[in-house]
Amino acid sequence: MAVVADQPNVDLREPPSWRRTKNRIMTWLMVLAFVLVVVPLGFVLFTVIAKGASVISWQFLTADIPINVMPANVGGMGPAIVGTIEITALATVIAVPLGVLGAIYINEYGGKGLLAQVVRFMADVMTGVPSIVMGLFIFSIWTLHYGFSGLGGAFALACLMLPIVIRSTEEMLKLVPDSLRQGSYALGATKARVTMTVVLPAALGGIVSGALLAVARAAGETAPLLFTILTVTTVNKNVFYGPNTSLPSQIFANASSAFTGAQARGWGAALTLIVIAFILMIVARLVTARFARYSS
Amino acid sequence: MAKADPAVPAGSAHPLSRRRPLGDRVFAIIALASGLLVLVILVLIAVSTSQQASSWFTTEGLTGVFSTTWNPGKNQFGAVAFIYGTAVTAVIALIIAVPISLGMALLLTEVVPRRWSRPIVYVVDLLAVVPSVVWGLWGILVLAPWLQGIYNSIASGVNGIWLLGTLFGGDNISGASFFTAGLILAIMITPIVTSLTREVLATTPNIDKQGAYALGATRWEMIRGVVLPHSQGGIVGSVLLGLGRAMGETIAAALVIGSSATITSHLFAPGYSMPAVIANEFGEASGEFRAALMGLGVLLFAFTIIINVIARGVVERSARRSRGA
Amino acid sequence: MEQPEQDTVTTNMPQPEPLARQAAEPATTGRLIFDVRNVSIWYGAFKAVADVSMPIYENEITAFIGSSGSGKSTVLRAFNRMNDLIPGARTEGEMDYRGVGLYGKDVSPITVRRRIGMVFQKPNPFPKSIYDNVAYGPRINGERNKAKLDEIVERSLRGAALWDEVKNRLKMSGLSLSGGQAQRLCIARTIAVEPDVVLMDEPASALDPIATGAIEDLMRELKSKYTIVIVTHNMQQATRVSDRTAFFYVLTDSKSDTRTGILVEHGTTKQIFEDPQDSRTQAYVTGRMG
Repeated sequence: MAVVADQPNVDLREPPSWRRTKNRIMTWLMVLAFVLVVVPLGFVLFTVIAKGASVISWQFLTADIPINVMPANVGGMGPAIVGTIEITALATVIAVPLGVLGAIYINEYGGKGLLAQVVRFMADVMTGVPSIVMGLFIFSIWTLHYGFSGLGGAFALACLMLPIVIRSTEEMLKLVPDSLRQGSYALGATKARVTMTVVLPAALGGIVSGALLAVARAAGETAPLLFTILTVTTVNKNVFYGPNTSLPSQIFANASSAFTGAQARGWGAALTLIVIAFILMIVARLVTARFARYSS
Repeated sequence: MAKADPAVPAGSAHPLSRRRPLGDRVFAIIALASGLLVLVILVLIAVSTSQQASSWFTTEGLTGVFSTTWNPGKNQFGAVAFIYGTAVTAVIALIIAVPISLGMALLLTEVVPRRWSRPIVYVVDLLAVVPSVVWGLWGILVLAPWLQGIYNSIASGVNGIWLLGTLFGGDNISGASFFTAGLILAIMITPIVTSLTREVLATTPNIDKQGAYALGATRWEMIRGVVLPHSQGGIVGSVLLGLGRAMGETIAAALVIGSSATITSHLFAPGYSMPAVIANEFGEASGEFRAALMGLGVLLFAFTIIINVIARGVVERSARRSRGA
Repeated sequence: MEQPEQDTVTTNMPQPEPLARQAAEPATTGRLIFDVRNVSIWYGAFKAVADVSMPIYENEITAFIGSSGSGKSTVLRAFNRMNDLIPGARTEGEMDYRGVGLYGKDVSPITVRRRIGMVFQKPNPFPKSIYDNVAYGPRINGERNKAKLDEIVERSLRGAALWDEVKNRLKMSGLSLSGGQAQRLCIARTIAVEPDVVLMDEPASALDPIATGAIEDLMRELKSKYTIVIVTHNMQQATRVSDRTAFFYVLTDSKSDTRTGILVEHGTTKQIFEDPQDSRTQAYVTGRMG
């Protein structure tokens, strides 16, 4: 029978307490980081919902914007909602096709070439350009010549959305397996046909989802619109001509006001804006989930 | 109709033509143009804004541009106060946001089981979806008044103490200040710094981590010894990107920074930053005033481009190194 | 299964290759380091290893052989509780180390790994200097004294037969070493914390033949101070270096379409290769030779 080799003190219990404690402290610090993130988020959402809900009504969503001194139950944010919708929609129509095409260039045509690398790098850099600079840019080349309009605002928002759409689309295109392309080429298709009929449909869900997130970002932007649409309080159904307004613009204007009525309307507008952004985000996630089911 | 010859691409000029069909070439050109649009826009931004700001540069000259005096009434437009404010608020934002983002990223990559990481990431994404102007609204109407009391207590407590007094002292404090702006900026850059840092941390090879555990390391010892050294380049890049974002965030800062073009070490005092002054004053400005504000925009553009180029370069280089290692 | 004989480690095993090396170590003490009794390991609902029982003796090299998926690495990783790092992993049965249950209630995996080290198939030096690689283990165990660390680093690098090659470039990155050197660095790193047992999961399979030979020589030297358990796909390697061998086999259940690893047979290396008791062992050891 073999002799069991043992040592005077085979102690397999916990390591020295200072090591265990340090490990535990660091873990709790990481959890603290999460808590510190959740707290302001919860705070803001709670405040917006609490203060905004009392103001929201069908009348609020459709009525005209009154002057600031008016109490909270007068008027609403109708023109701002109309403005947000039409300006953001116009910006989307400009930015998304251009962004998708740009991503197609980088991923499908540019390949490893220097130009494609430069374009991709600069698209990344462009996502970091402050939104107010985009506003100043469009002011310089458009508004000074053609006046304030929703179109100018849309251009500024489109500049903001373009690099975002390019990068997210490019990531989606990269995921499309090369075998799909090879199969299409082998059938004699041209590159354009391969891209439009095989690659794009395969990546479509991800592209749409990425575009929706860019739209959500644009809908919430104020700075690019400051000098391009000239925040007014009347509704302007013509997005191509004449000053306009948007939800973020109104919130910005009302936030600096001393009147409680204006502030209350600001909270209502903020709630509306958050709801819009959240809906877009949720739809984007749904699209991603549905897309994942169809791919692979 | 004749059966399509598989050797002939549809729509080609003539059978077995070497030249690509017209539709294909047009598409390629359109794609190229869209890609180049990025470069064109960036150049146009630089050119057009500099042109608009040129009268400021020529009138003030280099010394005037970088002077500390900003007095529109007397046509004095020195930019230093705003550069100072931008830098101070950005640094405050980084000091607050980077440890928190790093902690969250480590939590998600090393501590939390995969099942739970999705909901946590959702929460961080929610933070990013809240628009800047809503943060500003909440900041000025809720946070600033609440902080005012706290600022006053701290300030009265440390007034006179070396270093603490210079930073946190002062009297007659209102809620809108450098610090409040820095705080809001910190909240706003946390999502992007967290997500970028997470990507970097996740590239740590599993086998390196196993090596550390096999030597009897605790989880924190493994993180300190393997994950962090491996990721340091990428983390630096993420922090720089956060810096760029903090510098450029306009609306939230404009509402809570206090709108006072003063240079002071008191962090609880009101101040001003480049994007904030542009947002608040551009609408009413004209002539050299407007040119000066445009010039601040040019400076802001230049700073953020430089920081972003460096940051992206750092991130890409560390990613390449970790792939090759 | 019969009780393994306590005879001297033989020097006359049939060797197909002219580069065969002869084990010349004296007899082992015959003392039991690990006592494995009816151990089964699950990954979630998947039973990876079923009902393994075997002894591991002090200052011997025990080799685990068998085809892919037969559970060799899984059982190896159970010895230093590395399976704990895989979510859903579960171990049943008794696994005793020097008389103490490895999976007992009060047992800390961290302390276990300090005493039972592991070298991996793909060399995994940390992205640090050679010195810091070896010093990592002692440092996390609290050693701060520079002189002491210098001594430990030199001792460990000598023990891993790497000192002469790197003594002038200790500050260079561990990643700059060749495959064979990097693996020896990992071995140095492992013995720096002065473990009791060194587990090796196919330590030479990623290396060229010359580096493999160096690692095998090293194993023979280390045997006198440590107990070594290796997993290997290379049966010639098992015959060259090991005192004892355990043969694992994949049991496929066509009904439930599962593959579970079992231990078929274990004994002295001489007995397993010259006179296997089970037909499956015989098929494996003869199928690969010649």
